[in-house]
Amino acid sequence: MQVDMVGADGLPIGAGASRPGPEITQVGAVTDRLKKYPTRKRRSSFLGDLVFFNVTRLFAALVLLMLGGIIASLVYGAWPAIERFGIAFLVHSDWNPPAERFGALIPIYGTLVTSAIALFIAVPVSFGIALFLTELSPAWLRRPLGIAIELLAGIPSIVYGMWGLLVFAPIMSQYVQPVMTAALGQIPVVGGLFRGPPLGIGLLTAGIILGIMVIPFVASVMRDVFEVTPRLLKESAYGLGATTWEVVWRIVLPYTKVGVIGGIVLGLGRALGETMAVTFLIGNNNVLNTISLYAPGNSITSALANEFAEAGEGVYSAALIELGLILFFITFVVLTLSKLLLLRLGQQEGSRT
Amino acid sequence: MNLRQRRRLTNRIALGLSLAAMSFGLFWLCWILYTVFDLGLSGLSLDLFTRMTPPPGSSGGLANAIVGSLLLVGLATSIGTPIGILAGIYLAEYGQRTPLGVATRFINDILLSAPSIVIGLFVYAACVAPMGKFSALAGIFALALIVIPVVVRTTENMLRLIPSSLREAAFALGAPKWIVIMRVTIRSAKAGVVTGVLLAVARIAGETAPLLFTALSNQFWSLDLREPMANLPVTIFKFAMSPFADWQALAWAGVFLITMSVLALNVVARVFFREATKS
Repeated sequence: MQVDMVGADGLPIGAGASRPGPEITQVGAVTDRLKKYPTRKRRSSFLGDLVFFNVTRLFAALVLLMLGGIIASLVYGAWPAIERFGIAFLVHSDWNPPAERFGALIPIYGTLVTSAIALFIAVPVSFGIALFLTELSPAWLRRPLGIAIELLAGIPSIVYGMWGLLVFAPIMSQYVQPVMTAALGQIPVVGGLFRGPPLGIGLLTAGIILGIMVIPFVASVMRDVFEVTPRLLKESAYGLGATTWEVVWRIVLPYTKVGVIGGIVLGLGRALGETMAVTFLIGNNNVLNTISLYAPGNSITSALANEFAEAGEGVYSAALIELGLILFFITFVVLTLSKLLLLRLGQQEGSRT
Repeated sequence: MNLRQRRRLTNRIALGLSLAAMSFGLFWLCWILYTVFDLGLSGLSLDLFTRMTPPPGSSGGLANAIVGSLLLVGLATSIGTPIGILAGIYLAEYGQRTPLGVATRFINDILLSAPSIVIGLFVYAACVAPMGKFSALAGIFALALIVIPVVVRTTENMLRLIPSSLREAAFALGAPKWIVIMRVTIRSAKAGVVTGVLLAVARIAGETAPLLFTALSNQFWSLDLREPMANLPVTIFKFAMSPFADWQALAWAGVFLITMSVLALNVVARVFFREATKS
């Protein structure tokens, strides 16, 4: 039985009623634990139950309130900016604190582009890792390799950021970017993405590091959903002479499609909200006049991290809070989508057994 | 090339790429850990733990940041854990199908992956702005909000692993429900709940974004919760971004400390998790 299945956050996945637990029926153990509880007190048990139930319910409601509180406080804080700039906030690229003119286009662009690069890297790699862990790896290697990939998720993002800035970015600018320019820069349409001064820091480097950070999250969801595929289906295909690849591509993937997309969307949610690594690497530049991926830019999170503490009161901080509100809205939608997709896979599983 | 050969070739290529993907993932892990060890170990010394963060150009340590981080993480965990456990108990024992239970479970999973910088913004608006200054208290509040969803999720999952027969046995002996939960189910799920708490600590130990505009940082020794407090992540951020070599060396040492403690916590959590699910 698979008991060491741990999800993206290192939390157990799908632990629930479906998994048969250890059958403990030693009433003796239970009586011992209850012994300290004298008979006399049991009369007041009704009151105890009532209090305990309501206390736990209160704290469960508190989690809901947290969400409400976050939305309410962000809307309240952002209100001066919403009132002043309206919908134009989303489409203007002007970010000029002294003149109090703010438009969110550049941070939004930076967030979307870096997340897209991250997924471009993370999705195929995660698929490969999940395939390796479920079908290829010898049984004794599965656990250590799985843990290694999850440790990648455990490394704090500031470590990625500092490492990226001081170790990876110089390598990018010296070796990788010139090579990419030479190889891809002349292609008609996409060539423009890979031209420009190789600074090291910029959208591309931030996106690559973000991709590495997202891999463990996507990979562990993919692995967990791959393991959901009924053994019977896979073995039937193998029995008909299918190769490992054909089993994965034609049997496992169609069966777990919804869950795989859910995992990718979860990765997207993570990438959109990642702060410190991006702040180190994106270059923090509020001007963007080229489509080059080498150009330094800004993302919603890096703008917040760099500017908010110094913004003080007024429209400047309201505009930054509005950025945060936009980010929260986008990630909320993305994460909800991911959750619904993963739930649907769970239901499908239930109906077929 | 006939069909059979083509299929086998495709298979070889696909499996080769899969192996490459796995190596790709491990490659980054090894490279990052190697750098952290290489540059972090050289910065380790007694000074690191006994001296304060220095102004640029002079030597010093990270004592105030280390103690500040321990204090922030410790207090945030001790606030967030009981709330998370109680909410988790509700979800597993009372609210499996109630509207409140369903909604809370859903929202909790979203908060689990929500950007932590937004939590920082929330605490700024709710706590720092009304008080008029940055304070360690606000930082603790922000970190506690990150602890709660992690603990809720593991507590619920672990309680659900406890077989109903155990609960039924306790009920049959006449115990009221809250005694059953407190003395039987929670105790049986103890190892699992500890896993959740450890993972939560690992998660907040390296969190920087929510501290940037709550606890801020402090160059000096301060244990006053009403004042900004030094902490490792923000100090690393400041030092790593600086052009000064000695600040960067200290930042690497700090990164080494954080990475090692987070990885150690993850490993210990896994040991507890195995304990909890051993059948």
